[in-house]
Amino acid sequence: MEQYEPDRPSPARPSPVRGTALTRRSLLRASVGGVFAAGGAGALGACGIPPAGDARGAAAADDRSAQERTVSFSNWTEYMDVDESETRHPTLEAFTRQTGVQVEYSEDINDNNEFFAKIKPQLAAGQDTGRDLVCVTDWLAARMIRLGWAQKLDPSNLPTAYANLSAQFRSPDWDPGRAYSYPWTAISTVIAYNKKALDGIEVRSVSDLLDNPRLKGRVGMLTEMRDTMGMALLDMGKDPGDFTDDDYDAALARLQKAVDRGQIRRFTGNDYTADLTSGDFAACLAWAGDVVQLKADSPEIDFVVPDSGYLTSTDNLLVPAHARHKTNAERLIDHYYQPAMAARLAAYINYVCPVDGVKEELAAIDPDAAADPLILPDRAMAERSRAFRSLSDEEETAYEAKFAKLTGA
Amino acid sequence: MSSTALTGPPPPAPAAAAEEAAPARRRGRLTPYLLLLPGLLWLLVFFVLPVVYQASTSVQTGSLEAGYEVTWRFATYTEALAEYWPQFLRSVLYAGTATALCLLLGYPLAYLIAFRAGRWRNLIMILVIAPFFTSFLVRTLAWKTILADGGAVVDALNTLHVLDVTAGLGLTDGERVLATPLAVVCGLTYNFLPFMVLPLYTSLERIDPRLHEAAADLYARPATVFRKVTLPLSMPGVTAGTLLTFIPAGGDYVNADLLGSTDTRMIGNVVQTQFLRVLDYPTAAALSFILMAVILVAVSVHIRRSGTEDLV
Repeated sequence: MEQYEPDRPSPARPSPVRGTALTRRSLLRASVGGVFAAGGAGALGACGIPPAGDARGAAAADDRSAQERTVSFSNWTEYMDVDESETRHPTLEAFTRQTGVQVEYSEDINDNNEFFAKIKPQLAAGQDTGRDLVCVTDWLAARMIRLGWAQKLDPSNLPTAYANLSAQFRSPDWDPGRAYSYPWTAISTVIAYNKKALDGIEVRSVSDLLDNPRLKGRVGMLTEMRDTMGMALLDMGKDPGDFTDDDYDAALARLQKAVDRGQIRRFTGNDYTADLTSGDFAACLAWAGDVVQLKADSPEIDFVVPDSGYLTSTDNLLVPAHARHKTNAERLIDHYYQPAMAARLAAYINYVCPVDGVKEELAAIDPDAAADPLILPDRAMAERSRAFRSLSDEEETAYEAKFAKLTGA
Repeated sequence: MSSTALTGPPPPAPAAAAEEAAPARRRGRLTPYLLLLPGLLWLLVFFVLPVVYQASTSVQTGSLEAGYEVTWRFATYTEALAEYWPQFLRSVLYAGTATALCLLLGYPLAYLIAFRAGRWRNLIMILVIAPFFTSFLVRTLAWKTILADGGAVVDALNTLHVLDVTAGLGLTDGERVLATPLAVVCGLTYNFLPFMVLPLYTSLERIDPRLHEAAADLYARPATVFRKVTLPLSMPGVTAGTLLTFIPAGGDYVNADLLGSTDTRMIGNVVQTQFLRVLDYPTAAALSFILMAVILVAVSVHIRRSGTEDLV
């Protein structure tokens, strides 16, 4: 790894004191010298990451689905139905019974960014990640498709999914016609509040959160840039699906003013649920699926959908590049688009169901869930939903950098 | 380790005997290196390689789509420093304050365990170490419950008007503790206290009690005994404790994330955000190296001034 140049001093070595002694001091000096020598020009220059596009041509691997009757599926925690024993997943077992394909199910996704950092090295090197199906939020799915890190799906293996996908989710701008991905669930971003902590203060819009001085230091926003910025854009009358750099900067400036005034207590990930329950947050941006579950546990929690609309995103199933069991993965996607399976899933996880025709099935399991517009959106609800538009690589970096500064970097 | 060095060159021996002894002596020379080999390999794989990789990342440019290349762009360092110096300053301030608080709390505690605890010694030691049995994250989250806005602690502090004083000092904001600098510094102090107490205890416990008696026999008052005997002899512990507290506290991001707000973000938070969210890997790597440099400088100054070369 080292490259010596003629007139460069050679790195320190253990000094041969009387030929033998190895003192702690000399060793430490030597190893410090060694680190810097190893960090020399040659070694540093040899690192680097090849362009993502290189892998595009070879994204598909030879499919071993027929020989190996297995599929490995990485999903978020608590994003799958369980039976009373809480160890078995009935809908997955139904899949294995119907197809004979074993599912290696792992709940190893906790954060899109962390998960991306985890699988990136393998994908960048053009290797199999060991996962045949992953569930990631739309912007990460868009990024993986853009980088050529997802495999194109074969529609002939997805007849049910093709027939039953709700119209609202059929053609996102980042994956027209769903060539690479299918939604697992949809997520609505709304405003949640704690009635006890609000103590009669009315909260109906993002403006109320940002401007009401009585809520100073008791408002929560999300660290997910698209959720917070999307809701702020909607509040200013802009469409998160179609906005300009100037609109973004204006929304950012509005949030910055609230941050500077100390209005916003914290930007959080999923942990807003704890702050909301304890009353440290009087009101905050929240994901509707969580709110449905929180409401069931603590009656003082409730939510409101702003008149200006709300943001919808999706968590999507896609097959990473070089995965070995694409056909099995496609059959698994198709399995979850049967209304009976989708209903069981929706009844358990309480997120928006992207599958048409589940109402009766869901009503049979859980009538409350079937009537809840947060799980099965009615027309009025669906009309107020907006999706964040897809961003190019440069836009994404620039927007995230600006947003990071807003959150204190 | 250095027995051969102490005994010096072997006495002159007949030529035949020297030839026989040579391989054995060579093996003897190699022994320390062989013993070091596992440790060195471990360091190579888990320290040197990541450091080299990050150093390389810090001078690269590019994007995910176009790939990253080493372009020796050192401006990343100056830009990172210009942009994020407030977070650096804050990290040093918070970590320094937490270290000072740990020393103030930890020294009397370690002194008590070493000299006064008697049969309670083991129990107190266990109490100091016990928090380590639960996760760092869970312990920090517990503080969110303890310091919650409507909680007993905050109510008491408000009744006693303590929070008016801390708000005046800019440590808290309004009638709350959470999401303020005070909460972050307290979290750091709490989480790193055992790292201060343990080295202090080890160096205090080594002090021969007869030295105290001797000092008393020479008419030193207890305060003088402490100043002239105990404190100087415990300095290695003080240095080790401050290092073990300051270094991880300076790079910590969990406390600032969970107990803080937007204006309490430390440099660890910036590195995390740049690396995971913004995907600006060069800036994240450069920030890590600047942090490493800041800590190395601070630590070497500290060691030089405290004069305990034993440690290094």
